[in-house]
Amino acid sequence: MAVLSVEGVRQVYQSPAGETVALQDISFTMEKGDFFSLVGPSGCGKSTLLSIIAGTLRPTAGRVTVAGEEVTGPNPHIGYMLQQDNLLEWRSIRQNVLFGLEIRHQLTPELRDRADHLLETYGLAEFANSRPSQLSGGMRQRVALIRTLAVGPDILLLDEAFSALDYQTRMEVTEDVYGIIRREQVTALMVTHDIAESICMGDQVLILSPRPAVIRETLPITFDLPVRTPLRCRGCPAFASYFDHIWKELGMHETDSDPSGSLAGESPVSAAE
Amino acid sequence: MQICRWGLLFFLLLAWEVAARLGWIDSFIFSQPSRILRTYWTMAQSDLLYHMQVTVGETLAGFLLGAAAGVLLAILLWWSPFVSRVSEPYLVVLNSLPKIALGPVIIILAGAGTRAIVFMALAISLVVTVLEMLSGFRDTDPGAIRMAHTFGATKGQLFCKIVLPYNIPTLFDSLKVNIGLSLVGVIAGEFLVSRAGLGYLIVYGGQVFKMDLVMASVIILAVVAALLYESVVLVQRLVGRRFGHT
Repeated sequence: MAVLSVEGVRQVYQSPAGETVALQDISFTMEKGDFFSLVGPSGCGKSTLLSIIAGTLRPTAGRVTVAGEEVTGPNPHIGYMLQQDNLLEWRSIRQNVLFGLEIRHQLTPELRDRADHLLETYGLAEFANSRPSQLSGGMRQRVALIRTLAVGPDILLLDEAFSALDYQTRMEVTEDVYGIIRREQVTALMVTHDIAESICMGDQVLILSPRPAVIRETLPITFDLPVRTPLRCRGCPAFASYFDHIWKELGMHETDSDPSGSLAGESPVSAAE
Repeated sequence: MQICRWGLLFFLLLAWEVAARLGWIDSFIFSQPSRILRTYWTMAQSDLLYHMQVTVGETLAGFLLGAAAGVLLAILLWWSPFVSRVSEPYLVVLNSLPKIALGPVIIILAGAGTRAIVFMALAISLVVTVLEMLSGFRDTDPGAIRMAHTFGATKGQLFCKIVLPYNIPTLFDSLKVNIGLSLVGVIAGEFLVSRAGLGYLIVYGGQVFKMDLVMASVIILAVVAALLYESVVLVQRLVGRRFGHT
């Protein structure tokens, strides 16, 4: 059974200027352990799609099911990773990791142990009682990921999760997060505007067209590597050809988006929050 | 630096004493340190402690009530944007109104006594607390709130686990201002109605032209104010250690 299935999702906004079709007709499915990247020209509705999957926005038409259940609102099947780590300074690292469980009233001994185990596996056990400000940016992002994974989501959504980091930290964190996601066999869907990032992390890259968005292409990514990591992918010859391919697909040569449109495309996302 | 600080105080007291002795200033009006000391000696034998207790007690009562009521009202306003929008202009007007002007009304409502004084202290610190806490609640890091939402936090959880702990520093900032304001309210109240307290001593001393008594009371009042402020700072430090704030 598919972990995530998106069937004929369509999103239309009413605005004073008339109707705007943000998403035309989006369908795809993800199996357990898949890692998909979602790229598209800016303002095409990537984040809107993510909000719909997360259940914070209802689609105009179509349906989304996660683990066989239709998504009708925010639900415990979904883990969401944001740009900022948003660690709470008044809590220790361990308490930060337990935050999601606390909110969901799931502070059972088993889940506590699981969280502790995650902290230990990913080298954070010695910082369990530290404050977030004592950790580096990369470590903090790792804590944020573990906080999300501690609640045991069926699918992890990453919304430009690394774009707030400086380049070097970003490389490290990408490497780190990728490793953890693979090791924990988490199903993950990542929205990004960074083509390189989409290639080096995704098994498949879904390329969206400009608005009204459809999936223009589903591009499977394979590298001839014994152990795949984002950094090694960047060094492969295939990387450049994938990059060129996606760059062309995203190219502005057809249906150039009007400048006002890109702004209107973002507004529904903020309205949904 | 410490030496200079204390040295300055000592120098000023000395200058004051010398000026009074040499007749440069009229010690009947300006009093003088030695006479103030003598006043303390007589007061200490009778009722100085009692008056201090009365003032401190009233201040603490007004301060705690004002802080509690202020925080509760701020929570209510944060919770309900509708109530908050309706009451906003009233709060702004009440905030700029000098609460001491309400003195006569308060005396008639609460009776001429301790209750009116406590009420005055409460009135003077309440609105400021509400406004300051509310603006703190509203300025809570939106990222933290979004993060809590991704776990499906309810509004109550959002408040208890994000907004309130985030605003512990705001709370103490407002308490530090309030302890001073409450003292202003109490002294103003004692000027108007009381039979005891430092404010009463000051008014009484002024009426019978005992400037030594007035000066002595004012100095005691300054010491009391500083001690009250420092106790808030101390509590903040204790709480801060627990919550990891600065």
